[in-house]
Amino acid sequence: MTELIAFLEPDRSVIDRRPVIISDLADMLPEGCLITEERELVPFDTDAFVSYRRMPLAVVLPETTEQVAAVLKYCNDNSIPVVPRGAGTSLSGGAIPQEDAIVIGVSKLNRILEVDYPNRAALVQAGVTNISISQAVDADGFFYAPDPSSQLACTIGGNIGMNSGGAHCLKYGVTTNNLMGVKMVMFDGSIVEIGGKALDSAGYDLLGLICGSEGQLGIVTEATVRLLAKPEGARPVLFGFQSSVAAGACVTDIIGAGIIPVAIEFMDKPAIEICEAFANAGYPMDVEALLIVEVEGSDAEMEAMLERIIEIARRHGVKTIKESQSATEAALIWKGRKSAFGATGRIADYICMDGTVPLGQLSHVLEKTSEIIDRYGLRVANVFHAGDGNMHPLILFDANDPEESLKAEMAGNDILKLCVDAGGCLTGEHGVGVEKRDLMRHQYSGIDLAQQMRVRAAFDPKWILNPSKVFPLDGRNGSHAAQPASGKTAA
Amino acid sequence: MIDTQVLYPESEDDVARLVADAVRSDSPVEIRGGGTRGGMGRPLQAASTLSVARLTGITNYDPTELVMAARAGTPLEEVEAALDENNQMLTFEPMDHRPIYGVEGTPTIGGVFAGNVSGPRRISAGAARDNLLGVRFVNGSGEIVKSGGRVMKNVTGLDLVKLMAGSWGTLGVLCEVTFKVLPRPETAVTIAVRGLNDAQAAEAMAAAMSMSVEVSGAAHLPESVIYRLMGGALDSGPATVLRLEGLEPSVAVRSKRLVEEMRRRGEVSVLDADATSGLWREIRDVKPFEGGGPKPVWRVSVAPSAGHQLVAALRLKAGVDAYYDWQGGLVWLQMEADPEADLVRQYIKALGGGHATLVRADPSMRADIPVFEPQPAGLEALSRRIKEQFDPRGVLNPGRMSSVM
Repeated sequence: MTELIAFLEPDRSVIDRRPVIISDLADMLPEGCLITEERELVPFDTDAFVSYRRMPLAVVLPETTEQVAAVLKYCNDNSIPVVPRGAGTSLSGGAIPQEDAIVIGVSKLNRILEVDYPNRAALVQAGVTNISISQAVDADGFFYAPDPSSQLACTIGGNIGMNSGGAHCLKYGVTTNNLMGVKMVMFDGSIVEIGGKALDSAGYDLLGLICGSEGQLGIVTEATVRLLAKPEGARPVLFGFQSSVAAGACVTDIIGAGIIPVAIEFMDKPAIEICEAFANAGYPMDVEALLIVEVEGSDAEMEAMLERIIEIARRHGVKTIKESQSATEAALIWKGRKSAFGATGRIADYICMDGTVPLGQLSHVLEKTSEIIDRYGLRVANVFHAGDGNMHPLILFDANDPEESLKAEMAGNDILKLCVDAGGCLTGEHGVGVEKRDLMRHQYSGIDLAQQMRVRAAFDPKWILNPSKVFPLDGRNGSHAAQPASGKTAA
Repeated sequence: MIDTQVLYPESEDDVARLVADAVRSDSPVEIRGGGTRGGMGRPLQAASTLSVARLTGITNYDPTELVMAARAGTPLEEVEAALDENNQMLTFEPMDHRPIYGVEGTPTIGGVFAGNVSGPRRISAGAARDNLLGVRFVNGSGEIVKSGGRVMKNVTGLDLVKLMAGSWGTLGVLCEVTFKVLPRPETAVTIAVRGLNDAQAAEAMAAAMSMSVEVSGAAHLPESVIYRLMGGALDSGPATVLRLEGLEPSVAVRSKRLVEEMRRRGEVSVLDADATSGLWREIRDVKPFEGGGPKPVWRVSVAPSAGHQLVAALRLKAGVDAYYDWQGGLVWLQMEADPEADLVRQYIKALGGGHATLVRADPSMRADIPVFEPQPAGLEALSRRIKEQFDPRGVLNPGRMSSVM
């Protein structure tokens, strides 16, 4: 199968040393923390960006920060690439390994170390799943706000790597706005602590830089995250419209009127059909576009806010308004939305785009997206965070058809360029990974990228950390400008 | 001090040219916006000053997109007036440093972000850095660099935007900033709980923050500062103040719940929207310690439950006056005489960590005492490497943040 995206040419000298490397790693790790058998390595050969697969040299699953440090120091000393991994749910290929790389997975670092309600903070290890934090503090009336759709599986370490968002970040912000501190292992095995329970930290905002750095600056092993008081109640309401344009205009007007609901999610007809078939959430089937608007607070507050939202929706000719009548119904509404990717996966292969556009451009970009999809003869389902302009067109295709696979990737690239040209960006929450790496020049100039790469090199002088990701392979700074693989065939 | 020449570039290209000149002649420049926060940081000895005061104008503002872009030298006043017209605001409530330094001048939007200057709403709405979406700046090699953009969610590449916020002009000269704005709340009230000591206040604030009433400001004003606020109108012992904002019906419901809870802790009064707006502006601008000195002032950031413990410990050793914002996690300390830097920083460490910034002190003190919290060796080395990647020749505000930054 033809691949559009190149990986770095594996370093033969590393692969040739594999037996020695494995034996050295075994010496520094307890039993059960090193995976080298091919059969057991297979689950690590990709992430949720399944079009690309590469077998790693070995996988290590350390149990302590010190073990992470020992492995990282060893890899740096011996110039062995390292690919950090959380749960492997990246949609941009951020955790896909390469043949000469050691994967350092944080899955065994899975304890919640401290919950501190007076300071509204939790200290957790990096391999703790996103949802388990909220679950641990739920009974006491707290929650952790960022809620990516993969929250049942994805780890806090991965969330920090990608600066993950979620449906409710319209009100609560994304990971970077809810992260207070990290313990991180640097390239040379040194361990640094940044931030903590204070609201800001001294000096340059290293925490802000690390969050979303896609495993290229270090490996986070512990994090202090913000806990928030749970709202008294929350109510998602469905608004069905006769056109995507009307739904998009309604979103703009809600925000413009000074109303910030906790979430505004958008689905077009294909997405409604896919999700309803999966979740039986009671989505209206006779509309072209659906908004899920969630408000929260006491009953009186929710009603006051809904009254204003409904009035705006009526001005845009809303056809159906359906309020959830119970917690079960509310949960079903969200189940439908959050399983959109999984549900789509049942009917076709898909790739999910993640561009963000200014709110005023939503309708325009939706229209152009469908033109692009038509041009390639493909199908698309749109489901996204409308309140903050973060689009998620799901491009459907048949992975067994090489030509269609290629078309899907090309259509995706065209859509992302469209987002940038509309004043937006390539990725709102999924990260650049390998998927959008070669489009970076569409958003940034050579000078912009060079500045980012210099900062990267200040953290990882040899470029051993997740080296195939984020920055285009050609034109990298300095002596670490490894060459892209020449053969573009799959492993 | 040597007389410095002030340069006023009128475009981004001018800035780039002037920085390149500075590199060529190996003469560092001091970067300035409105100059109202010049008392912050180590004193500089630069041959010339580069002022962005003529890089002005709002470049993009569509209220329905909740985003504004402006050139760095745009007066904050102009930004706020435009927002006001559309019933919007900067949600992070940037502090005005003029009162505490006793200076005149025009704060600029660039200065706000260069200093990551935030106010009381930081506990609920994030800091300036959380609201900064995009920047254009000139680095120390005279290159024009952009990072981020004008959309609210953006994880494309390394987040240099965060790094620029709070770097005080040591990494680049901000030329244009794009930031999030939010609707102004329809109304606001302040619940004042009277008579609590510092420790009780910390508990009360933590309790309020753990309720689902969305407190947007939580401060404690001990007896020693209370008469210096609101023209003395609050003068009858300490006040622990909690702000609620939002839609009228919502604030009414939440206020009732919060009052019920707080009544169990002390006498409660409720301040209306006007009084609320005035009080929180004074808390934001450190009104109790206004006037330019000479007493040194620290800004201490610790875990909220540690703030009052720090003050209690210091009181045994030194003359100190203090009040608390950010649920107790932001402590404003005015020292009677000596800054007592070692003591302050030693106690912060002992209480679980945080940092202290010597916001006000005369220049000789700020030359001797690290104004910003000294970092552990590993982080300091990392910060130095970062500085070198932006400003390899050290021409931008050299040494303003520390001897290496």
